[in-house]
Amino acid sequence: MSSIRVNPETLTVLDRPNSYIGKTVPRPNLDRLLQGRGTYVSDMELPRMAHVVFLRSPHAHAKIVSIDAAAAKQMPGVLAVVTGKELAAVITPWVGVLSHLKGLKSAPQSAIAIDRVCWQGEAVAAVVATSRAAAEDAAEHVAVEYRELEAVTDVRTALDAATPVIHASLGDNLAFERIHDAGAVDQAFAESDAVVEAEFVFGRHTGVTLEPRAVVADWNAGEARLTIYQGTQAPHMVQNIAALHLGLREAQVRVVCKDVGGSFGIKVHIYADEMATYALSKLLRRPIKFVADRVESFNTDIHARDHRCKGKIGVRRDGTITAFEIDDLTGIGPYSMYPRTSAIEANQVVNLVGGPYTNKNYRARARVVFQNKNVMCQYRAVGHPIACSVTEGLVDLAAMKIGMDPVEIRRRNLIADNAYPCASPSGLRFEQLSHQASLTRIVDMMGYEALRAEQAALRKKGIHRGIGIASFIEVTNPSAAFYGVGGAKISSQDGVAVRLDAQGSVICQTSITEQGQGSESLTAQIVGSVLGVSMDRVRVILGDTDVTPYGGGTWASRGAGIGGEAALQATKILRKNILDVAAVILQSTPAELDIVNNAVVNVSDGAPRIELNELARIVYFRPDTLPPGIQPELMATKHFVPREYPFAFTNGVQAAWVEVDTDTGFVKLLKHWVVEDCGTIINPQLVDEQIRGGVVQGLGAALFERCIYDERGQLTNANMADYLVPMSCEMPDIDVGHNVSPTRETELGAKGAGEAGTAGAAAAVTNAVNDALNPFGTIITEIPLTPQVILTALGRI
Amino acid sequence: MKASAFAYARATSLANALELLVQHGEKAKVLSGGQSLIPAMNLRLISPELIVDIGDIKELRGISVKGETLVIGALTRHADVLKSSDIVKHAPLLAAAVAHVAHPAIRNRGTIGGSLAQADPASELPASMLALGATIVVRGPGGERRIVAEQFFTGIYETRLAPQDLLVAIEVPVARKAAAHFFQEFARRHGDYAIVGLAAQSVLQGDVFADLRLGYFAVGDKPVLAKAAGKLTGVTITPALLAEASAALSDELDPHEDQQATAAMRRHLARVLLTRCVASLLNRPDFLGGGRA
Amino acid sequence: MTAPIAISLTVNGERVEAHVLPRLNLADFLREQLKLTGTHVGCEHGVCGACTVRVGGDIVRSCLMLAVQVNGASVETIEGLSDSGEIADLQAAFRHRNALQCGFCTPGMLMAAQDLLQHNRTPAREEIREHLSGNYCRCTGYQAIVDAVENTARARTELRA
Repeated sequence: MSSIRVNPETLTVLDRPNSYIGKTVPRPNLDRLLQGRGTYVSDMELPRMAHVVFLRSPHAHAKIVSIDAAAAKQMPGVLAVVTGKELAAVITPWVGVLSHLKGLKSAPQSAIAIDRVCWQGEAVAAVVATSRAAAEDAAEHVAVEYRELEAVTDVRTALDAATPVIHASLGDNLAFERIHDAGAVDQAFAESDAVVEAEFVFGRHTGVTLEPRAVVADWNAGEARLTIYQGTQAPHMVQNIAALHLGLREAQVRVVCKDVGGSFGIKVHIYADEMATYALSKLLRRPIKFVADRVESFNTDIHARDHRCKGKIGVRRDGTITAFEIDDLTGIGPYSMYPRTSAIEANQVVNLVGGPYTNKNYRARARVVFQNKNVMCQYRAVGHPIACSVTEGLVDLAAMKIGMDPVEIRRRNLIADNAYPCASPSGLRFEQLSHQASLTRIVDMMGYEALRAEQAALRKKGIHRGIGIASFIEVTNPSAAFYGVGGAKISSQDGVAVRLDAQGSVICQTSITEQGQGSESLTAQIVGSVLGVSMDRVRVILGDTDVTPYGGGTWASRGAGIGGEAALQATKILRKNILDVAAVILQSTPAELDIVNNAVVNVSDGAPRIELNELARIVYFRPDTLPPGIQPELMATKHFVPREYPFAFTNGVQAAWVEVDTDTGFVKLLKHWVVEDCGTIINPQLVDEQIRGGVVQGLGAALFERCIYDERGQLTNANMADYLVPMSCEMPDIDVGHNVSPTRETELGAKGAGEAGTAGAAAAVTNAVNDALNPFGTIITEIPLTPQVILTALGRI
Repeated sequence: MKASAFAYARATSLANALELLVQHGEKAKVLSGGQSLIPAMNLRLISPELIVDIGDIKELRGISVKGETLVIGALTRHADVLKSSDIVKHAPLLAAAVAHVAHPAIRNRGTIGGSLAQADPASELPASMLALGATIVVRGPGGERRIVAEQFFTGIYETRLAPQDLLVAIEVPVARKAAAHFFQEFARRHGDYAIVGLAAQSVLQGDVFADLRLGYFAVGDKPVLAKAAGKLTGVTITPALLAEASAALSDELDPHEDQQATAAMRRHLARVLLTRCVASLLNRPDFLGGGRA
Repeated sequence: MTAPIAISLTVNGERVEAHVLPRLNLADFLREQLKLTGTHVGCEHGVCGACTVRVGGDIVRSCLMLAVQVNGASVETIEGLSDSGEIADLQAAFRHRNALQCGFCTPGMLMAAQDLLQHNRTPAREEIREHLSGNYCRCTGYQAIVDAVENTARARTELRA
């Protein structure tokens, strides 16, 4: 390493020697998972632990007339059978509303239903036994008498006078309505050369995390402390809510995450059956384990994306988009989810439609209605897939109407890369995006002209291939504007504590959490880079409220941007503290010293002066050898919260290349491309893999996934043979490229990347299918694009 | 999802298995590969009192050729079918069909006897048996009997097996010279149950079908040996004749509706398969319309 | 007759004697009685592949086998394949390529991948995708896994050359 002439204080983390920032390094601690030696909550066993099985309503809407558990209580292994009324003595109900979502209303929800069940799958009793099997046996002998009530299952008629109101106290089935009107929409439509409308329909989805939801709740009566083992993305939020509803102080509750077998937002919410599990542990004074089985997961994990959105776009002959208008209707469950609410997804749709474009005329209405179906809430890319599919679908329709190439119409309307900062007509503030550069890049990556030529040649042979493009914006690094302002005890800040241990290793505690995206790795990479230590010397501790700073956790793609910045700032302080001590020990000045490769070195010639482990030895064990008055501090804590921008927006564009068999309606995904801009990239491989995983969830949405409810509110495909998730044979290879527009709000400059793939994938595929079927004059605006949907649109059946 | 409690008996011989079935009748279920039985039990869709495990019965294993007949033991695993040189040589349609059954781990356990006894209308093997003109060998309290495949499957999950019966072997006529097969299914994902599928076995004399057996699956409550094949046998095929056969096929089928397809869609897909089958067996790509992937 | 049944088998080369209820499936037996929790449970109806283990050298869905069925058999789990070093190169390839994120599908995926490579030394990408088509992954989107298996196959071929 040649000598460094520049003062290392002025170098950014990106150009420090041996910086890990921007490097693909394998994640630490993967061996554990590769050997099957991780510890997921579903693996856990504690002494005297019992298992809970929830008896669940077979009806979508019914009065509970009576529950007779006498026979069940006698069965082998049964420890208790607890009803909603009995559990209400231990845990209070909740209401999923936030004050900043004006007009949002919802009814109180109990941990176990009392008097009335409101969706098929809602728990009506808890059976606790020495094994899951014994509890299931006993559950069959709990006699529940129901009186069926009419179920509200069609969003289109949920607000009709003739439709029963699910919660009389609320007056109607409207949970939330938002109206937005910007610019002069009617005038713009009147002045357009063409106006196109369509109704976009989206299948209800669920996350299908491979490890189902799992909780071990351990109330220690002797300590009066509750330890909750749960693969939650937001442990401090769970701590707060469990304490609140169980009548405890937060300090009496500890939440430990362990390894998490997939989350994607499914495990960031508060679930009634999990709250019931905490309460049961307190009631029965022993650890209680709840692991949802797969059928339960389908019926009770949050659903998402159930929307019918009418969209309208105006365009001039020269390709200028003049206005967007939407009217979105979404059907949630009978309760708004707690505490993040079931209105956020619709709110996001209103916020995000039209986002990438210069157009200033935008009108939107979104209505959220209650249904007697499973609850609905935030799932990866919340609202973005809807907004993107509607926007990009309308843009393609406009292009078709005026006979313009879909890339060209986007080129003419995407916000210019030098137009920032600016704001969208929905009030979103953009710091710096790169829509145009991204479009240019993806056109190049995919070989657009060559694909068009191939498409034309194959069409002559009766083979129908299509190209679909989808530009998008993505919300990341949310500030308190997302939840906090509404009264939710969900932290928008995160903290990191770093210390040099007695052997010169770095112990780092962070409040963000890990579900496989690489939170541990990005933290270690930042700490290692800023401090000048090798990553193998950095140990990251996360997912334990007793042991980490207080923070928000990992969701809404905030881990890298917010938690990463906290790690950077904390480590800068530690570095300074180390150099202060080193300067004293070496009779130098901090400005003449740096830390490189686990040792303090001269800035002038790079010569090592003292190893960190030696410095640590002196500080911890031989402070008597230091000059008087010196109080070394080898630990530092910093928190970070976004203050300037409510969200750090990222942007990207996706492209899909598909082939449609017009005899069978089957779609083959030939290839997929993404160009994404998430600011500073800490680990390129981890970012690309987040994007790929996200894309495939979007491809699942495009072709396969749908929760199918019948008119009676029964979920008819609650298993993995009938709810179709993407498997390896049907998925394409995905090429990923990047532009980099760092945020200036942090030194790290990183924005989030976790959800971008899911935001635009379905839109790209839908546009591609419509492009392929262009010769047939069909336009399909519903997903999933099943063979039946396509054959019907083609008039073949 | 844990299965209800049950008793377990591992049959030591064929006779022992039959004894147990006579003794317990409808309360017992035979455990062969378990790939259909155990999921149903885990989901508590069925709760038998006794499981009779026939996995140890040697008489039910093995593939052999006896004269003009290929004899396949009921316990032959799908994976064994794929590896068998006898099957590749004498009944290649079977090997083609089995490659579509689920996934490798399932094929290592699932058995041909189990699949036929399960009689899922959407599964590949029952229809393949129709196309091959196979005979199902059954043992029961009354001794051994043979049932031609066309008579064996009677409805959804229904066969001519009584609760005390055991399917012991399948007899398949060895493929004749100039025999050719075609197998295709439309499934949402590789390994899924088919939306519609076709297992076809033919004998060609020049460009004329001397024999054509079309075994359709997922077209109703049981596999169908299409009578429409008769319109294509012993004649020179033309597009008009193919269209006629296709219309006859549509009339003949009475498909069900489910989450994957309507009855009309199944009829349509069955006709697509017919066209592709004939075009493939006769090497006549001109019979195909446009639009294939 | 629903009483526990004695079984005797080898698990990862170790002799195991146990008493199991007939209804205990192999996945739960491994996880709960032998505390080998590397074999995961994702669906209990044989669709997701998370529970894949080897019985008599063949990969199977352990949620679709009863513990009583493996009396006298040889069972291998991810822990055994790890400790013997049999899949060390495959695991290294997964790590290098980040072919796992949450890690829940990984034991089953490694089992299926090793099974493929034992039957087909130079699989094409489509063949890799096909052999893994019964193993559900929600995190990676599969491409990294296909890459890692392909890289391992190539390295093993080079080693043999």
